[in-house]
Amino acid sequence: MVIINSILLAESLPVQTWTYILVGITFTLYIGIAIWARAGSTKEFYVAGGGVSPLANGMATAADWMSAASFISMAGIISFAGYDGAVYLMGWTGGYVLLALLLAPYLRKFGKFTVPDFIGDRYYSNTARLVGVICALLVSFTYVAGQMRGVGLVFSRFLEVDINTGVVIGMLIVLFYAVLGGMKGITYTQVAQYCVLIFAFMVPAIFISIQMTGNPIPQLGFGSELADGSGTFLLDKLDGLSTDLGFAEYTEGTKSLVDVFAITLALMVGTAGLPHVIVRFFTVKRVKDARKSAGIALLLIVILYSTAPAVAAFARTNMIETLSNQPYATVPEWFKKWETTGLITFVDKNNDGLIQYIADKNQNELVVDNDIMVLANPEIAELPNWVIALVAAGALAAALSTAAGLLLVISASVSHDLIKKIINPKISDKNELVAARLSAVVAVCVAGYFGINPPGFVAATVALAFGLAAASFFPAIILGIFYKRMNKEGAIAGMIVGIVTMLYYMLKYKLGWFDEVLPSKSQWWFGISPEGFGSVAMLLNFIVSITIMKFTPAPPKEVQDIVERIRIPSGAGEATH
Amino acid sequence: MKENKSKAYWKENIRYLFILLAVWFLVSFVAGIMLKDVLNDFKIGGFKLGFWFAQQGSMYVFIILIFIYVRLMNKLDKKYGYNK
Repeated sequence: MVIINSILLAESLPVQTWTYILVGITFTLYIGIAIWARAGSTKEFYVAGGGVSPLANGMATAADWMSAASFISMAGIISFAGYDGAVYLMGWTGGYVLLALLLAPYLRKFGKFTVPDFIGDRYYSNTARLVGVICALLVSFTYVAGQMRGVGLVFSRFLEVDINTGVVIGMLIVLFYAVLGGMKGITYTQVAQYCVLIFAFMVPAIFISIQMTGNPIPQLGFGSELADGSGTFLLDKLDGLSTDLGFAEYTEGTKSLVDVFAITLALMVGTAGLPHVIVRFFTVKRVKDARKSAGIALLLIVILYSTAPAVAAFARTNMIETLSNQPYATVPEWFKKWETTGLITFVDKNNDGLIQYIADKNQNELVVDNDIMVLANPEIAELPNWVIALVAAGALAAALSTAAGLLLVISASVSHDLIKKIINPKISDKNELVAARLSAVVAVCVAGYFGINPPGFVAATVALAFGLAAASFFPAIILGIFYKRMNKEGAIAGMIVGIVTMLYYMLKYKLGWFDEVLPSKSQWWFGISPEGFGSVAMLLNFIVSITIMKFTPAPPKEVQDIVERIRIPSGAGEATH
Repeated sequence: MKENKSKAYWKENIRYLFILLAVWFLVSFVAGIMLKDVLNDFKIGGFKLGFWFAQQGSMYVFIILIFIYVRLMNKLDKKYGYNK
């Protein structure tokens, strides 16, 4: 009887109470782990002591990787982009193949703490190291600001606190476990965060898949017939609904082939060049563990990534059927609730009281923000309150885990690459650890500042962080491993030309800094969007590096020996400081 | 002798990389992007094939590729005595 009573009570608890309960439990868990996994040395702080198991590292990498953007925004973006959304799906997973085959094992064998470490040592030059530090900071800061904003948004929507208060709460939590635990604390909280976020993503997806197609596996439901007995495939129905409203067929998309190609490539290569992902592979014991944990990481990531396009198609079908041509007076409760946040807007242009949702911008009356698709999905599908609260806890886990990983890269770049390697090589391990913690504090504050006062370009540049990583690190690392003759002159010139070209293109064609108005698509080079331009900048980096190298001296013998050593998985060169 | 051994190891490794990356390119850039329209004439279940490769299939192949690579390299390490 008591049990039945408590179940009935649980059923009737409001969403907000559920959210407080679930968020409270998960946050307590993260803090507990942080206290248990305090870092005592720089090696523990930077690479968790180098003894993380492949499974734990795979889970941590997956959580590190899947940010607020993957959790909250991606399914929504795909929902509106249809086929074109594949650039994110292939781009953000295919990069792991490059990472596993071309980078992770060799960088693990190299056995240092950071990406600029590799750049500086392999190219025997502090100039190269400094260029590496600048690139790492540029990439990581653009990325982290978006995460703090995501934390603020979730807090404000689900716990009805002010966005800024939400950002501050998020900052304090991250500060606590990143500063105390360093990489060691982050790794084990990320393992917990992976479990929370994947559970939170899958539960509503499975519910909705059953509702719409009768199939509990969203990946299969996505390609099944609708459960309404019509015998129509979900995707055929969606193609039909889309063209009726004047949109492109859902399975066709609107981007040009060359742009889809370029964006996919830029995202893949960018993924493989992101410092916060690469450093995760410095934390495992052996080279073979690095390979294996890349595979595990991708498997765990694909669980979410293969579900996202299914959620996208379900949500889009649901949305069109619930809202299109329906009277505004009778819209469901969730519509009004999200309208107050400004994420759904409706303007009755022709005053007929009905919602016209059509492709033609002049007559369209409904604007729905990408982010709603995941956040409001459980409400749209009328799922129980605890599922809605679970989504909030999952979104927070995704944002916090990525933010923590990025903050660590930022603090290591400052304390290790800048202070220890360039400014004061004589600093003791203990003082370096203090410096690392202090730079983490400063980094959290800067990230929080950007989260509270987001400069207009933050949202736009998060996607472009990939372009920057593709244009700078990827070629320098690949050439450093696979081309023994590559020298510092070539690599430095390549990185500078690559990242400057990428920045220029981004500022000109994405933010419109150099013109009165933002240049139109017809002016893009080779028809490639700023999101896809990382591919071009990367090629340019390769060309410049190799050309300059041809006219400059070969690297010294010791450096060529380093290259020989990192190609062999065993022997000298295990993780050392 | 040692020099030759590491050269031979590296050569085999590179050969694996070429084969695996060719498949990587094939499922994503070729099947999911360049030949998408051709493949869309075929259907598996409710999926047009090109669309399926782009939004589902390529990801599954990526996972398989990494695990094949892990296996191949573990064997190769053993063959050259680099597994200690």
